[in-house]
Amino acid sequence: MTRLAIPKTYKLFIGGKFPRSESGRVFEIRSSTGEFLANAAKASRKDARDAVVAARSAVSGWSGATGYNRGQVLYRVAEVLEGRRDQFIAEIVSIEGVTAAAAAKQVDAAVDRWVWYAGWADKYVQVAGNANAVSGPYFNISVPEPTGVVAIVAPQDSSLLGITSAIAPALVSGNAVIVIASERFPLSAISLAEVLATSDLPGGVVNILTGSPAEITPWLASHADVNALDLIGAADLDWIDLEIAAAETLQRVMRPEQGADAASPSLSRITQFTETKTVWHTKSLI
Amino acid sequence: MTSTNGTTSNTPPAGQKSSFLDYAPAPESTAILNLKSEYGLFINGEFVDGHGTSFTTISPSTEKTIATISAADASDVDAAVKAARRAFDRSWSTISGRERGKYLFRIARLLQERAREFAVAESLDNGKPIKESRDVDVPLAAAWFFYYAGWADKLDHAGLGANPRALGVAGQVIPWNFPLLMLAWKIAPALAAGNTVVLKPAETTPLTALLFAEVVQQAGLPAGVVNILTGAGATGQALVTHPDVNKVAFTGSTAVGRLIARQIAGTDKRVTLELGGKAANIVFDDAPMDEAIEGIVNGIFFNQGHVCCAGSRLLVQENIHDEVVDRLKARLTTLRIGDPLDKNTDIGAINSAAQLERIRALSKVGEDEGAVRWSAPCDLPEKGFWFAPTIFTNVSTSHRIAREEVFGPVLSVLSFRTPEEAIAKANNTPYGLSAGIWSDKGSRVLAVADKLRAGVIWANTFNKFDPASPFGGFKESGYGREGGRHGLAAYLAPAESRPYAAPAIQAAAVEPVAIETPVADADPQTPTKFVRRKGANK
Amino acid sequence: MTLSSSTPLAPAARAIDIIGADLTEASLTRYLRGLPTVDAVGLAARATDLGSRSIKTTSKAWALDKIISLIDLTTLEGADTPGKVRSLVAKALTPDASDMTSPRVAAVCVYGDMVATATEALGNSKGEHAPGGINVAAVATAFPSGRASLRVKLADVADAVDAGADEIDMVIDRGAFLAGNYGRVFDEIVAVKAACQRPDKSYAHLKVILETGELNTYDNVKRASWLAILAGGDFIKTSTGKVAPAATLPVTLLMLQVVRDWHRLTGERIGVKPAGGIRTSKDAIKYLVAVAEVAGEEWLEPHLFRFGASSLLNDVLLQRQKISTGHYSAASYVTID
Repeated sequence: MTRLAIPKTYKLFIGGKFPRSESGRVFEIRSSTGEFLANAAKASRKDARDAVVAARSAVSGWSGATGYNRGQVLYRVAEVLEGRRDQFIAEIVSIEGVTAAAAAKQVDAAVDRWVWYAGWADKYVQVAGNANAVSGPYFNISVPEPTGVVAIVAPQDSSLLGITSAIAPALVSGNAVIVIASERFPLSAISLAEVLATSDLPGGVVNILTGSPAEITPWLASHADVNALDLIGAADLDWIDLEIAAAETLQRVMRPEQGADAASPSLSRITQFTETKTVWHTKSLI
Repeated sequence: MTSTNGTTSNTPPAGQKSSFLDYAPAPESTAILNLKSEYGLFINGEFVDGHGTSFTTISPSTEKTIATISAADASDVDAAVKAARRAFDRSWSTISGRERGKYLFRIARLLQERAREFAVAESLDNGKPIKESRDVDVPLAAAWFFYYAGWADKLDHAGLGANPRALGVAGQVIPWNFPLLMLAWKIAPALAAGNTVVLKPAETTPLTALLFAEVVQQAGLPAGVVNILTGAGATGQALVTHPDVNKVAFTGSTAVGRLIARQIAGTDKRVTLELGGKAANIVFDDAPMDEAIEGIVNGIFFNQGHVCCAGSRLLVQENIHDEVVDRLKARLTTLRIGDPLDKNTDIGAINSAAQLERIRALSKVGEDEGAVRWSAPCDLPEKGFWFAPTIFTNVSTSHRIAREEVFGPVLSVLSFRTPEEAIAKANNTPYGLSAGIWSDKGSRVLAVADKLRAGVIWANTFNKFDPASPFGGFKESGYGREGGRHGLAAYLAPAESRPYAAPAIQAAAVEPVAIETPVADADPQTPTKFVRRKGANK
Repeated sequence: MTLSSSTPLAPAARAIDIIGADLTEASLTRYLRGLPTVDAVGLAARATDLGSRSIKTTSKAWALDKIISLIDLTTLEGADTPGKVRSLVAKALTPDASDMTSPRVAAVCVYGDMVATATEALGNSKGEHAPGGINVAAVATAFPSGRASLRVKLADVADAVDAGADEIDMVIDRGAFLAGNYGRVFDEIVAVKAACQRPDKSYAHLKVILETGELNTYDNVKRASWLAILAGGDFIKTSTGKVAPAATLPVTLLMLQVVRDWHRLTGERIGVKPAGGIRTSKDAIKYLVAVAEVAGEEWLEPHLFRFGASSLLNDVLLQRQKISTGHYSAASYVTID
């Protein structure tokens, strides 16, 4: 007697919880060969709004944690991801239609990327900040601090590596993120949410929305409580309009990148979501 | 009491007719200044007439005309950008960093040599006290060139890896509050990094930029490396939107900054915006009291409060509120307001009639909202634009004078009970440029500094600037940093990046360092990292 | 708390008013430690700002005469002789032999054993109440180190007062202050004040020298200033002139802030005397500016502000001659004292 498999319900990830879209909407996810895989939640502007609230409330705790602590949490993500390697490979094979070897390569690259960024958490300040020799009796130091709430359109042509490459660098310095997953390949994003939810990452630090980037992104670009907008995966959207909308509250905007080296790991992906703060203090013996 | 030159002081001792504090006039001589009656645009190393309608620049302390100034129209902007492009291609990008640095050192020295002349011109044109232009603006401007001169042959250490590239032509628009100093903040790092520049000074304060053009000539800079265009907002807009400008640097209001961010959306232009502020100056009950009072005064009345990082919101711990306000008032009555060229003047003229009107209007709003207004008792000169140092008490966070940038000598006083409340109130603004902390307790100072969402934090001091120290804001106070290594990096791109197409807006200045990790399915030949324009630019 | 810290201090009216009737070293110490601290960088910046005032023409002429009238013309040398002191007095009476419009100095300041000589030399011109009168100030209390028993210090004071001193410049016990024995320093000032009393119940003015160069920090100077005032000092004075640094503009500014605050608190005015190291008119004018802008112009009177100086007088006279003649003068046109 064959056993009937239990399919997963793919929901959103907001504030550490897995809600359905408040709109009640779903959209069909089909494999590369056209078979039905799942109904994914189709996030609405209100889901985006809720995600911003969750992200904002998570900023102070996450950015207030020590770099060492954030590094350990990000490394823990890599550990848990590695442990669920086979699940992610299967998901990627089914949805992207790639070989198991190619899917494995993507999962391994994603795991390694989490590890690479985890190591930066207690180091990027040393590289991006500095003491300033001012001409006067003052202690003066410049340090990068997280920008705050970062909205990201994940790379659209990748299941797991794209979203990992987009969110991990933002997390290093202590930002909280709202990421809109690949519209075509959203399953790994929600599975990644399960990994994040079991990796000691505080609720709300990462919020994952599935659905239509074209529909949701304008609400994030014009949201006054979003500090930065990463349009890395928005090349196919009317992204200039998004940049114009973001100008209203002077969000920091990263323009789209495409190609194999899009979102390639770099220190600048960490520092682009930071603000340099310079502190002066008087200095005197007497 | 008003002495012959219009300088006033406020505390004649009772029963005495004359007062030592009525210091005899000590005017700085204007003989050192050799002004022309008309100034053209400075394009390609020469002064030329502009095609716009000329305007006059006046002294805000007397309303007397100083000179007639050319206005640049779109064709002049185009000519200047073309000159800058030519200079970039043919001379400036081909000479070594060491030689570039020598030009900047020359400029620094020339500014030092002509310091007095620049100070007089600045006070005349801007209305700021000569002691500030003499002791702050001009020496700092020279220091800025001196600092960045030394960077010109050390760009490998700017944090972008080896052989970083200049961006090309920088279009720079500066405000009227620190005309020469803002020019130095813009031009020095741009040139050190190997860019050429087209700079537009503010309409009301073009004078020192035009004198600077003479310095550029004296320094023998190749033609077109520095171009100065005078004019109003339209000139600035034509400059920042010019398609051949690679880098936009703007200091000014948040409203205009927002407009620029919209206008350059979808382009390859890199941009740095230094915008408005509404800084909290937080005084704890263990503060060094006399120094805190000085810091409050300096924080909001320095340069007539025409300072984007001015400490315009005083947050005082409630248990010392009354004492601080009393001491503040006593101190303000000793400030001397009047002739900007008098060496004893503490508060000069408001820069323009329009700005004075805005300050008056917002002060009226403050009174209407129920805040209690107190202005230092002093006679103001009849001619010119003047506003007495003013403080508002009984101010709440919901009052407009506690939220909007007045950009004048107007302080709003609020109170707090605990450090948490102080931090919350300080951060309760869309701005995030600067903040002050006054406390004797080091651990609290550092913890509060950590929590404040502002780009520059002054602890037990205020309004300090240095070329080595990065300056710039969080949130709607803009992005990018000026000063220090970060300010240099804002004019550079990594060697391997595609020319003129770096990912546009960088909050922090450190650029990719080309770190190698395996990228799945990476094809090293794939060139397209950055996406070209798509969608309509509105 | 040690036992001694709860021992009542000598009664002093001001301290009792401010701190309370149960005055002990402990309560005094608590009070002094509770004073707001000083940020040295900010203080120096304020001093620089005041020092950059530009005092010209009529203001300068007024300032030069004012400076002369505020000088304690001083000789404090082991080699002082009656002849030297008489010469000093002559200079005090007639600062500029070529210009009788010059004001006289406020006082001559000498060692205690020279008080009689100075008094005799001044004759009818002695004392602030005489027309054009000049006071005699005596340093006392084992000046400059203050390292002697209280008995010896009090005898030193009594001798000078007996000999006719109008003013006593005492030194505090810096060792006791730095060791934290504020009560000891306090009691000593109270005792010296008592020793300043004359048989007719009037008092010689008491200037309390803090020797700020040895106290080293501005917080110490601030506490010592309050301590000296609370114990009954009429003046607080920076230095003996025997320790470097002596008077500086920042330290004097700080002491002016203290007397301003004391006036805020009580309505009473205390004097300030920077001493040592002020040699030029240019420097002295900076002090006048600081006095006027920080404490108030009413402090620019001999009973509230003095310069402890010797060579300063001649520099002021040279400047004065420049103003009256229109050309620069030379050292040979002013007399050495």
